[in-house]
Amino acid sequence: MSTLIIKNGRVIDSSQQMDRVTNLLIADGRIAAYDAEPDDECTTIDAAGKIVSPGLIDMHVHLREPGSEEDETIATGTAAALAGGFTSIACMPNTDPPIDSQSIVEFIRGQAAKADNCNVFVVACVSKNREGKELAEIGQLVEAGAVAFTDDGSPINSPELMRRAFEYCLMFDKPVLNHSEIRELTEHGVMHEGLTSLILGLAGMPTAAEDVMASRDIALAEATGGRFHLMHVSTGGSVDAVRRAKRRGVRVTTEVCPHHFTLTDECLRSFDSNFKMNPPLRGKGHVQGCIDGLIDGTIDAIVSDHAPHAKEKKMQELDRAPFGIVGLETSLGLVVTRLIEPGHLDWPAALARMTCNPAQILNLDKGTLRIGADADVTIIDPKVRWTVDPAEFRSKSTNTPFAGWELTGRAEVVIVGGRVKFERKGEEGRGKGEDYCE
Amino acid sequence: MVDIGPPPECWTRRHLLGLEELSAEEITLILDKAMVFKEAMTAGRKKIPLLTGKTCVNLFFENSTRTRTSFTLAARRLGADTLDFSASTSSLSKGETFIDTAKNLEAMGVDVVVVRHRTPGTPQLLAQNLRCSVINAGDGPHEHPTQGLLDIMTIRERRGSLKGLTVALVGDIAHSRTARSNIWGLKKLGAHVIVCGPSTLVSPRWAEIDVEYSYSLDDILPRVDVLNLLRIQFERQFSRPFPSVREYAHLYTMDAQRLAKTKDDILILAPGPINRGVEVTPEVADGSHSAILEQVTNGVAVRMAVLWLVAGERGKGEGGCVAAGLAPRCSSI
Repeated sequence: MSTLIIKNGRVIDSSQQMDRVTNLLIADGRIAAYDAEPDDECTTIDAAGKIVSPGLIDMHVHLREPGSEEDETIATGTAAALAGGFTSIACMPNTDPPIDSQSIVEFIRGQAAKADNCNVFVVACVSKNREGKELAEIGQLVEAGAVAFTDDGSPINSPELMRRAFEYCLMFDKPVLNHSEIRELTEHGVMHEGLTSLILGLAGMPTAAEDVMASRDIALAEATGGRFHLMHVSTGGSVDAVRRAKRRGVRVTTEVCPHHFTLTDECLRSFDSNFKMNPPLRGKGHVQGCIDGLIDGTIDAIVSDHAPHAKEKKMQELDRAPFGIVGLETSLGLVVTRLIEPGHLDWPAALARMTCNPAQILNLDKGTLRIGADADVTIIDPKVRWTVDPAEFRSKSTNTPFAGWELTGRAEVVIVGGRVKFERKGEEGRGKGEDYCE
Repeated sequence: MVDIGPPPECWTRRHLLGLEELSAEEITLILDKAMVFKEAMTAGRKKIPLLTGKTCVNLFFENSTRTRTSFTLAARRLGADTLDFSASTSSLSKGETFIDTAKNLEAMGVDVVVVRHRTPGTPQLLAQNLRCSVINAGDGPHEHPTQGLLDIMTIRERRGSLKGLTVALVGDIAHSRTARSNIWGLKKLGAHVIVCGPSTLVSPRWAEIDVEYSYSLDDILPRVDVLNLLRIQFERQFSRPFPSVREYAHLYTMDAQRLAKTKDDILILAPGPINRGVEVTPEVADGSHSAILEQVTNGVAVRMAVLWLVAGERGKGEGGCVAAGLAPRCSSI
């Protein structure tokens, strides 16, 4: 029997309202005991001064494989996830071919098993070929292991299809995730529509494009009893729509990306395509709206929307460069630096949005350190200051707007199923690959 | 002998990307130098060889006749060699990125790249990636600094100063780079700016940077000193912002009847190419208040001044043209 003990760490587990310094024992890949004492047989990790959290979960990641292996592969994306502190990620179906059949789900799960980094949960297409016309074979996709459904990369445009998706997914108790955006309002858009887009002469994407469809989706969820998860909320209006829907008892959840609570549309003044993502960076009021939504619990989850793109694709004219930025390796640092340090969220509230909340949305048996649970654990150094250096990313792509930023807080040890899959060794400047311990 | 005077210390720029980033002093400097070049040309001098040995390339990813011709003439009058490069004849159709294209041109020893592109920010991107000088000749609806400068030069020539003047930019403000460059330049030199056009093309957000906006040309006519009539940019409009050209013309065409409502000394500009009968009727375009052709003449002078300021070598050129201190550097490669 292999045992591992994590000593003297501050264990924060919102799934059981736990926040105390203790020794955590892991045996046979599961959480075995608290307040345990090490014996001769077991490996010990000293976590004094560190935070011991259920393994972090990022429920919105683009792994790009199959189809765009020049941007990311399942192996590199999951390695990036580990380095960012994530033990589980959910990958989006806008691959080529899209994840609309059992065989693609199985391929992804197979590649993830081969990579043997973190857990990968598959979010499959709502519609066949992600075309937004007919429902995909959702029942068979569930059997293959899909945990939720979305056409992310594109909105589910048709209200009729959205309604049917809510209804059909009810019998499998799966949520429908939507990238809610009225495309007719954002065509040719490059950035948020506001004073900055007006001055720069860049085509704008109005907040109404998100607000209108988010409200439509909420209405359809309310009408059908379906489970709606609004992806990457970015406007104060949509946050408020979710807030009011929750009060009425609608089954709605939502998520926010670190860049949407950190950056504003004024960043586009640099014309740097690493500030181009969809939804776009908004104005100050919307950033505050997202923070308020996190504080009052309207926003359930924090996700990276990790969207790797090879350098040659991003280094184009702003209207040609694709939307999206990588985020797995900066997400936790931004949460600590932009939410915890300024006092918007405390550690338990922040970690809930990266552990038990996403697990609950996706019905995953994860995000908890209850006795008997899978031993997915992230040990975080809450104080360490570090500088974002894209050259050190495990991700295959480096399209981040945070290069050179100094952040606080980073994952030090990442344990998946009781095995230490990542351990940060040494200081800044060490080369890639040196941090792996297994 | 052309005396362009001792160049002030304040010019340190290697690129001209937009008027937003320039100070009033820098704009005034360009205009003053442009006047000197204009006077020299008017006096019959065809060549003022301050850029001998330099090469300027027109890197145009969008169609243009007058701007490109104007830059070419300006460069040649300064003694520079010029080269035209247009997207249709380039490797861009073979998949090369525009940055690679520009780097290749630079590697061939180009000193100044004059770029026009449909996408805002493209000149900035080139400036970051190239060592030579970059001049923005229009980046989508963002900026067209030399057009703004020549419009302002024309107003200043007629009126002496911009201070206290009310200048109305009329038409497709949303898609007009000329409007944006004018707004920055005019404001910095002390003019009051009104943007006027249909509400789908004129954002109330302009008020946030102290630009007045109006939807009624008839309302503002009695109090404007200068009207700049901008072209409707059909090619940049993704959806129709007004019901018909006929309706637009009804509301915004500057015709003889509207002219009668203006101040007696109204000055009328149009950056061209003009749609006669849409923005302006022929009797107004060709009338005594119009300075449309003078704008074109001034365009060459402004572009000579800009080319000289960004690419001129210190201490070179004719007697009296000492560019010391001014001087730009990218004397490339």
